[in-house]
Amino acid sequence: MKTLSLSWRYLWARPLAALLNVLLLGLGLASITFLLLVAHQVERAFDRDLAGIDLVVGAKGSPMQLILSGVLHLDVPPGNVPLAAVNALQKHPLVAEVIPVSLGDNFQAYRIVGTSLAYPAHYGAALAQGRLWSAPMEAVLGATVARKLGLRLGDTFVGSHGLGAGGHAHGDSAYTVVGVLAANASVLDRLILTDTASVWKVHEDHASDDEDHKDHTAVEEQREVTLALVRYKSPLAAMSFPRWVNTSTEMQAAAPALEVTRLLHMLGLGTDVLRAFAGMLLLTAGLSVFIALWNAVRERRGDLALLRMLGAPPARIAALLLTEALWLGLMAALLGLALGQGFVLALGWLLGLGQSLLLGGALWPAELLWVPALALGVSLGAALLPALGAYRSDVLQLLQSR
Amino acid sequence: MIQSTGLQFAYQTGATLAFPDVNVPQGGVLLLGGPSGSGKSTWLALVAGLIPASAGSLQVAGQMLGGMGALKSDAWRAANIGFLPQKLHLSAALTVQQNLALAFWAAGVAQDNAAIDAALNALGVADLAQRLPAQLSGGQAQRVALARAVLMRPRVLLADEPTASLDDHNAADAVQLLWTTAQSLGATLVIATHDARVGQSLQGLSSAVQRLDLGRIPTGGVAP
Repeated sequence: MKTLSLSWRYLWARPLAALLNVLLLGLGLASITFLLLVAHQVERAFDRDLAGIDLVVGAKGSPMQLILSGVLHLDVPPGNVPLAAVNALQKHPLVAEVIPVSLGDNFQAYRIVGTSLAYPAHYGAALAQGRLWSAPMEAVLGATVARKLGLRLGDTFVGSHGLGAGGHAHGDSAYTVVGVLAANASVLDRLILTDTASVWKVHEDHASDDEDHKDHTAVEEQREVTLALVRYKSPLAAMSFPRWVNTSTEMQAAAPALEVTRLLHMLGLGTDVLRAFAGMLLLTAGLSVFIALWNAVRERRGDLALLRMLGAPPARIAALLLTEALWLGLMAALLGLALGQGFVLALGWLLGLGQSLLLGGALWPAELLWVPALALGVSLGAALLPALGAYRSDVLQLLQSR
Repeated sequence: MIQSTGLQFAYQTGATLAFPDVNVPQGGVLLLGGPSGSGKSTWLALVAGLIPASAGSLQVAGQMLGGMGALKSDAWRAANIGFLPQKLHLSAALTVQQNLALAFWAAGVAQDNAAIDAALNALGVADLAQRLPAQLSGGQAQRVALARAVLMRPRVLLADEPTASLDDHNAADAVQLLWTTAQSLGATLVIATHDARVGQSLQGLSSAVQRLDLGRIPTGGVAP
């Protein structure tokens, strides 16, 4: 019989205590897993979706709202800005590229984004089927959208007003699916892309419905986009261009790097509280494991002394206790990882963040190695004193006890 | 064989216990008597090499005890000493077979299932191999514990109060089982007891039974 199998049998000789300890330790580790996964996925999403975007320019309001709505597509935008003003940005000597983004409609809760072909190009998107749009009312679906909605090339659909499900449908303006993007793990996966002109057309049609006729030229002049993604020619532009936008135009400039740092700082406060809570859980679990193993040594004092009588060196007996703790730690680590992944999936589902790809999916970042390391650390730490007690089993006392 | 001369043990309390000299040949039988607290357990622990003597010499199974390192002492005990405690300490979490396998684990040697089967067969409990200790009668449990004690074919078999709480018939059976088992191994048998029935039973089995009667542990002094 090996030490591993012997300690396993000893562990399950008290099944309730073993289960409770695995559960308690597992819950603490699940909290840690949850925190690590959320932090990893949020940072990854930010890194991925904000890459290469130096500035977001949109309507005045909250700069963070501008970033969340225009880049990460998590919030509603603060408003629209004139197309002419955005076109003017393109002419600025410090600007390399301006990508217009127009929001306002959705199809079954997936946002319809009116933009230019530079937008998919910016994220390095590749086509899985079909082609990119070449005319208004042609739509290209992100990989997740195509998969979830089951739309195929040539299918048509009608967008609804608003950025979430439930708005009224733009009945007369149907989109035709002309392409499906390959999944590239960016925000594009969950968007429906179309030409900026499509958004204008849908809303002008809608306006016509409501207000009968409107002067076409006036409409042209009033055209708006929601925001613009700006890429600088030089990093030095960051010194002056945002200030220029904020002071010289009616628009607002939001730097993703600054806003994300601010957001992560705010999230970090909550994360610290959760981390402290998880730490308390782990400490409690460690104490519980300690008490269980300490009691096990007390209950098995005679058995352990007999093992000494049979010739087992003290170190082998101590190793038996430590191995028992290792089993607890291993099982708790597996449970913690599984529960933690489950918690993240559940949170993503509850908050509707699954579609945003911010949370969800069975990801196994390297940071999760902390979980088994913590599990083994806590369980072995809790087992040290009991193992020492086992090491010092007094055989003479056993012989003298009747 | 067990030979001791001027053997003494010093307790942490400061009391020192002196033991009479013994010379038990290999295969012989020693009846270790004396009231509770007279030092029987201490003498057994000395013979098993678990505690060091403070004075005197002690040779067991051809090995001079004392001066051996802890690891060597443990290995020597695993190979040479069989022990049947009064409280049998069969692990409740393990089957009978696994309880015997503990002896191999403790000795740090590969498990020999054939040896386990042979020991259980020899003690007439082979059919109980897969049972848990809670499913055994008192007599069956004692046979299993004895099988565990002799599994490594020890040269000295120590039994601590093997007849405690047994009726006369079962006590006689237990003594006979110990004697025949020790004889089959050629092992020296030491029975620590204050049960007079053990001596009576042994008289009917062997004419070469030695007795070592211990007195009470003195407080703060050396026993005569």
